[in-house]
Amino acid sequence: MPANRFNGYSDYGVGIGLRIPHYQHIFDKKPVVDWFEIISENFMVDGGRPLKVLDQILDRYRVVQHGVSMYFGSAEDLNREHLRRLKTLVKRTKTPWLTDHLCWGSVDGTYSHDLLPMPYTFEAAKRTAQKIREARDFLEVPIAVENVSSYAEFHVSEMTEWEFLTEVAEDADCGILLDVNNIYVSSRNHNFNPLDYVENVPHNRVAQIHIAGHSKYEKYILDTHDHPVIDPVWRLYKRAIELVGPTATLLEWDDRIPSFEEVHAEALKAKKHLPQNAAVAS
Amino acid sequence: MSNTNLDQLQRDMFEVIRQPLTADERMRKRTLDGRPTKEIVERIIKPNDRLTSVERLEIYNRVYWFRILSSLADDFPGLRAVIGQRRFDKLITGYLTDRPSQSFTLRNLGSRLESWLREHPELTPKTERIALDMVRLEWADIDVFDSAELPTMAEADLGKLGEDPVLHLQPYLRLLDLKYPVDDLLLSIRGHLEPETDIASNVVIMEHSDRRREKRVSLPKPKKIYLAVHRQENEVYFKRLQPEAFALLRAIQEGKPLSAAIEVTVNWTNQKVEHITVHLHDWFANWAALGWFCHPES
Repeated sequence: MPANRFNGYSDYGVGIGLRIPHYQHIFDKKPVVDWFEIISENFMVDGGRPLKVLDQILDRYRVVQHGVSMYFGSAEDLNREHLRRLKTLVKRTKTPWLTDHLCWGSVDGTYSHDLLPMPYTFEAAKRTAQKIREARDFLEVPIAVENVSSYAEFHVSEMTEWEFLTEVAEDADCGILLDVNNIYVSSRNHNFNPLDYVENVPHNRVAQIHIAGHSKYEKYILDTHDHPVIDPVWRLYKRAIELVGPTATLLEWDDRIPSFEEVHAEALKAKKHLPQNAAVAS
Repeated sequence: MSNTNLDQLQRDMFEVIRQPLTADERMRKRTLDGRPTKEIVERIIKPNDRLTSVERLEIYNRVYWFRILSSLADDFPGLRAVIGQRRFDKLITGYLTDRPSQSFTLRNLGSRLESWLREHPELTPKTERIALDMVRLEWADIDVFDSAELPTMAEADLGKLGEDPVLHLQPYLRLLDLKYPVDDLLLSIRGHLEPETDIASNVVIMEHSDRRREKRVSLPKPKKIYLAVHRQENEVYFKRLQPEAFALLRAIQEGKPLSAAIEVTVNWTNQKVEHITVHLHDWFANWAALGWFCHPES
């Protein structure tokens, strides 16, 4: 299952997010990295250093685009200007698949710049799936949607989060970017068993997996991407790999970013879960 | 839930998230139009065994403000140094309340700050003009950094364009007439700043971290300057121009043929025509060497 139609039948290994503090190290040392994930919005510009850097990276590395503001779950229509710029970038990077979040974040063209949680209703799933299909048809690249960390639940929800994710993915016929850290964070904030989540999503749709660290507060956990991955999240990752098969994996580290070597070493810990489980994947 | 209801739920929730925080960075008890926040939130959000409905949504309210305030603080360190941290916080909170983001990228968050600030001089008492100049310069700096660049035109090619050509300047070139020498001031302020980070990421920001970086500066005396904000090898530079050179470039940027651009410049300046014509060759050679002339977009 590592290569499927939701990740462009690619066979990527373990990557890390491309971040500005690491640029110099990457250009000087040219480290071996399976692939880099870029935040699409940082490169949806007309020129200058961002595109120069990106082209240098593309010369040497495989890149997958990850977005933070498509807002498939917003009730309003997709932003056409956003899609146009995104397609220009897709052509530049030749990303084999593209990811963004299963969330909302804008109303009447006003943007929150946050990943706001969805009400888990059938109608919301239908509207979201419709927008994912529209985006995929326009962008002409497979799309996988990522489960977000959340800190609030809605009275109107009619199903669990993983049922909602399944409903959307099946209706849109899209892939899933399974973020096991987000599952862990939400499970602690909303009192559910994270294994129930991992075991009940459609495994054949998982195009990619995210791992990350988080911050624990007195009454809740926040998805801060500023720590190493904790053991319970590694256990979830291991279980996900058992169920899904070896899958393109990406470590997110976005704040208090340590050296390139430290981030890469943390990501490569995922490899110990990959080879021995490849045989049992079906 | 119909789409209309999804729409209403998102409107109600976003209205609460978007309202400014209290002085101690908590959620307000009433919305901006006077409705009790608690009633709206409890209708939408479930409590759990540790947090009330309001406390749960307050997390999003705080994250929203911390993220956009931090982003603008990163983009406008010069303005912050000019007016001080307390006024800066009040100013950008007011700006973001009146002009919330209309773009999918945080890069554009400050795009309307200049026009908004012109409507609110009361927020920068005694520093209205220098604050405005600094905002114009800092926005130009952001805009120039990643604007388009077209194929350059060499000096030798300029002569082949005919008698009275319409010249084209790089899309990234910005021309600013300023009443204060804020270019030197900004470079000095930047010398004390932390390295840049990524514009957008998934990270949740839970502190208004820029408060720890307050740096007050001595403000310069007024001095009219004419500035080109431009790019070389993907770095942004500020280049001071002679007034007549500025006027000529501005006329070219407006699309005037060369003869009309020179005429505008002559009419604009107090200098004699000879003062301009004697410099013309050097100016054009310099601008061509900097790559400012380009072939028009096809």
